[in-house]
Amino acid sequence: MYGLGILKGMWVTLTHFIDSYVEDIKWLGRNRYYSKEGIQHRRSKDTKGIFTVQYPEEKLPVPEEFRFIPFLVYDVDADGNKQDRCTSCGICAKVCPPQCIWIVRTEDPVTKRPVPEPVDFFVDVDICMNCGYCAEYCPFDAIKMDHDYEMASFDRHAEHIFNKEKLSKPASYYAGIRPTNYNREETLKAEEAAKKAAAAAAKAAAAAAAPPAGSPPPAAPTAG
Amino acid sequence: MTDATTAAPVEQSELEKRFPDAVKADARPGYAGFVVETSKLVEIATALRDEMGYDYLSSVTAVDYYSDAPNAENFIEVVYHFYKSTGGGALVLKVQTPRDNSVVPSLTPLYPGADFQEREAYDLYGVNFEGHPDQRRILMWEGFAGHPMRKDWKEAFYEEEVKPFKNRWPEGQVYRIEDRNPFNKNNKYPQGFDPVGFKETDDPKLYEVLERAAREYSEDIDTEQVVVNLGPQHPSTHGVFRMAVRLDGETIVALKPVMGYLHRNHEKIGERNTWTMNMPFTDRLDYLSSMSNNFGYALAVEKLMGDKAAPPERAEYLRVIMAELTRISNHLWAVGFLLNDLGAFFTPSLYAIQERELILDIFEATTGSRMMCNYFRFGGVARDLPEGVYAKIKDLVFERLPRKIDELDIYLSENELVRSRSEGVGVITPEEAIAFSTAGPVLRASGVPYDIRRADPYSIYDRFKFDVKVRYHGDVYDRYMIRIDEMRQSLDILKQAIPDLPGGAAGGEVMNGKNPYQVRVPAGESYGRVEGPKGELGYYIVSNGKGNPARYHVRAPSFINLTVLEKMCVGQKVADVVVNLGSIDIVLGEVDR
Repeated sequence: MYGLGILKGMWVTLTHFIDSYVEDIKWLGRNRYYSKEGIQHRRSKDTKGIFTVQYPEEKLPVPEEFRFIPFLVYDVDADGNKQDRCTSCGICAKVCPPQCIWIVRTEDPVTKRPVPEPVDFFVDVDICMNCGYCAEYCPFDAIKMDHDYEMASFDRHAEHIFNKEKLSKPASYYAGIRPTNYNREETLKAEEAAKKAAAAAAKAAAAAAAPPAGSPPPAAPTAG
Repeated sequence: MTDATTAAPVEQSELEKRFPDAVKADARPGYAGFVVETSKLVEIATALRDEMGYDYLSSVTAVDYYSDAPNAENFIEVVYHFYKSTGGGALVLKVQTPRDNSVVPSLTPLYPGADFQEREAYDLYGVNFEGHPDQRRILMWEGFAGHPMRKDWKEAFYEEEVKPFKNRWPEGQVYRIEDRNPFNKNNKYPQGFDPVGFKETDDPKLYEVLERAAREYSEDIDTEQVVVNLGPQHPSTHGVFRMAVRLDGETIVALKPVMGYLHRNHEKIGERNTWTMNMPFTDRLDYLSSMSNNFGYALAVEKLMGDKAAPPERAEYLRVIMAELTRISNHLWAVGFLLNDLGAFFTPSLYAIQERELILDIFEATTGSRMMCNYFRFGGVARDLPEGVYAKIKDLVFERLPRKIDELDIYLSENELVRSRSEGVGVITPEEAIAFSTAGPVLRASGVPYDIRRADPYSIYDRFKFDVKVRYHGDVYDRYMIRIDEMRQSLDILKQAIPDLPGGAAGGEVMNGKNPYQVRVPAGESYGRVEGPKGELGYYIVSNGKGNPARYHVRAPSFINLTVLEKMCVGQKVADVVVNLGSIDIVLGEVDR
């Protein structure tokens, strides 16, 4: 029959239309809109009816891996001093695809050796392409990708080159936005520190017990 | 993994036997294929096409071998990748020509699909293709000085030959590059060019071509023809894209696409970048299917790197899962907007985009970004699936998407208005589809069952059972239906890949060894191609053993599929142009590069 295809299609539209009301009725007494639970439901596999999110009143939660503009992580030591994790090794600057990272290094005036802590650190956020390479390849977990995507400003020339002060955020902030990654890294670090301590202890013990140089090394222990 | 450069040896030796003087096997280490005498190229290509079955000219590109060292052997090489439309590996021909006054015979009369690619090589490298029917610039404009892909050409914002730049680290002198080379001072024009007087509308070469096409078109009644420019700023062109159309009444006499408005010279950027840096840049080509773009580039580089970059099993599965999810999300978009172009205004496309959003949620949770995924690495993928994502993919693939794709199918596939609007419009015959080097859904909708996942399998696609989808009418309706078919096919593959994923939800190894920030790529060339959602996506790369690619070329399916647009449209009404263009499914980020 001519027109059957059109009718079938309109039936689909009609079910979508009706669903949006049925869903609202099902959620009577609970908040389908402007609530965490409601948004979660609307992004699930069972979502029906109204799908859109009313930004900025409602905001989608960002997943842990979400990446937007890097920031520098600092630890706070027992005295309350900021301890930069960055050692200005430059791997982030070298791997950055659009080359938006500038690191200002300095050297010790007496020994002439480079000081690990950067004097300043710049990221041109207009150029940054949010690829996340800097965070991925940083060997010190010192640069991480942020979750804050609302950073419009009135003057890009004055405000869009972030310096070290603007980029630095405490490790607690990092732990807050990326708990899984943070915990994994901390466990790894603790393990490594323990290994190092054990190795150092073994070395010290060996040095203490070592016979004078020139004699053959001690035989391997038989047990264990 | 099949190496695309190993073609059937029988034909190779036959080629050498038939043209003993003109064909030389490429003996450079890491290279494959044949170096061919320029004067014999057309003869050899004819034999390849008519007698040996290499009827599909997939990729034409140029490489500039240049060094400013004294006595360096500088030349430009044009590289051709031939395939059989029945499947199998590539036959690679190369032609060498001096850098000054480079002339190579054009293959466009034999393989019309070489048209835009040769124009691109002319535009970017300055290679003259003798016998090309319409050799003009394609990505750059007439007021552009020089050929930007040549190694000695430097861009306005030139800093250093290759990244990383010294002043980022260790020097650390922050500045804005546009302050050093401000607007209006960053341009060079060819000699005798008047930038003030130039108007796009009197681009003489373009209109001359249109007029020539019009002379070939004969009508009984002598009517006045008009030229209409569709675009570049028009919603139906899916981006910044222009079609100059010559009309006789409402009938199209000639059509020439004008592109390059979004051109950023991706390939030049790629040659300044290190190998690793290129990965996020590939995301920005076809920004609707970034995972597939990653896939092709990773394959090409891994081919050169060899076994030390062989991805672990779990990574191979993750790659396939992500690539197929990308195909579904891309086709949802393509179908939605094709229906939009057909006049089913926005409701179907929004229904489709809703499902795409759920797929993008998975990408975002896994890779950190909805569209610019940057997920693949040489020898694996960037990270494992986070907690809960495996279950999410499963829910979507096994429960929701099959239902929703069926709904989209019921919604408009049988709609009488859609059918009468799209059936028999923009017909491409199988012979034309092959000759014009179309790829992907456009090729398969014309009755050519050519799918690289089957014809020249890569990654682990040989492990899955799936039918190569094909439709036979070659019209807009079939190009719409083939995308619905392919979404179902992708679901089939996903339904096999997801339960087999080694490690399952628990996770496992996804990188072969460490993920270094600089990779060593042995010298040589390689061509990695994947069946992207829009067709054959190929990366031709040349390494000279340094940290940066010596040549990085993208065989962009959207760009090459556009070659056939004129063929689709001539003789039809002007209203069909929009529909035909929509049925090719282009993304301007990839067309213009």
